[in-house]
Amino acid sequence: MWSWVAHRITGVLVFFFLFAHVLDTALVRVSPSSYNEVIEVYKSPIVNLLEVGLVAAVLFHALNGIRIILIDFWESGPKYQKQMLYIELVLFVVLLVPAAYRMLLHTAETLFGSAT
Amino acid sequence: MTTAAAPADRGAPELVAPRSPRQRTKPGAAKARSNFELYAWVFMRISGLLLFFLVLGHLFIMNILDGGVQRVNFGFVAGRWASPFWRTWDLVMLLLAELHGTNGLRTVINDYAERAQTRFWLKMLLYTSAFLVVTLGTLVIFTFDPDL
Repeated sequence: MWSWVAHRITGVLVFFFLFAHVLDTALVRVSPSSYNEVIEVYKSPIVNLLEVGLVAAVLFHALNGIRIILIDFWESGPKYQKQMLYIELVLFVVLLVPAAYRMLLHTAETLFGSAT
Repeated sequence: MTTAAAPADRGAPELVAPRSPRQRTKPGAAKARSNFELYAWVFMRISGLLLFFLVLGHLFIMNILDGGVQRVNFGFVAGRWASPFWRTWDLVMLLLAELHGTNGLRTVINDYAERAQTRFWLKMLLYTSAFLVVTLGTLVIFTFDPDL
């Protein structure tokens, strides 16, 4: 039940981001400087953190979507839906943690100085 | 819910499998209706599977691979879009994602907007925005000029 709710919420969030993302990318057709200016926003610490949220939303929606496809088309899918949910959540954490680390490394070094 | 006619003396009606094609020949049916919802359901699964690779690949390249978002600028986009491969990738991803998302939001609107008028206008807004995003995005990919 809650994975169904989360699938809807992440789907709507990603859809709204896509709208903004197509508009900001369209600035490459206006001028290099206006595109670069907007892309600078993506590199700022707070928006960088929001990007990790976006990656988390997309990753959950993608993994849960595969689970939905397996429930619908694999004959034993409905039987193993709970087990697939656990595998999905493990994969979610295992993939998101290194991704978040890589994405936030630059921001962390800018804010707190390099570790080395 | 589509249910076949139950035998007169039995209690429970026979349940048709979800998303099965509509029965066109059923006696008493006023008018044959379309299988749009079935095709939409199939499209969500096919596009979803393709988007799994297209979108996660896109996020990995843009946000994680060598330098992530910090290396993205106009020159980076120009370098990528010099290759027909990445233009095709981005175009297919744009079209599938926008259609997948529009159909998803259509479902959400149908489920939660209770007044017929509200549903109608929210969906008009949705379809207008989808048309704008698809048109603008496609135009940008096809007319990109690296020497701008």
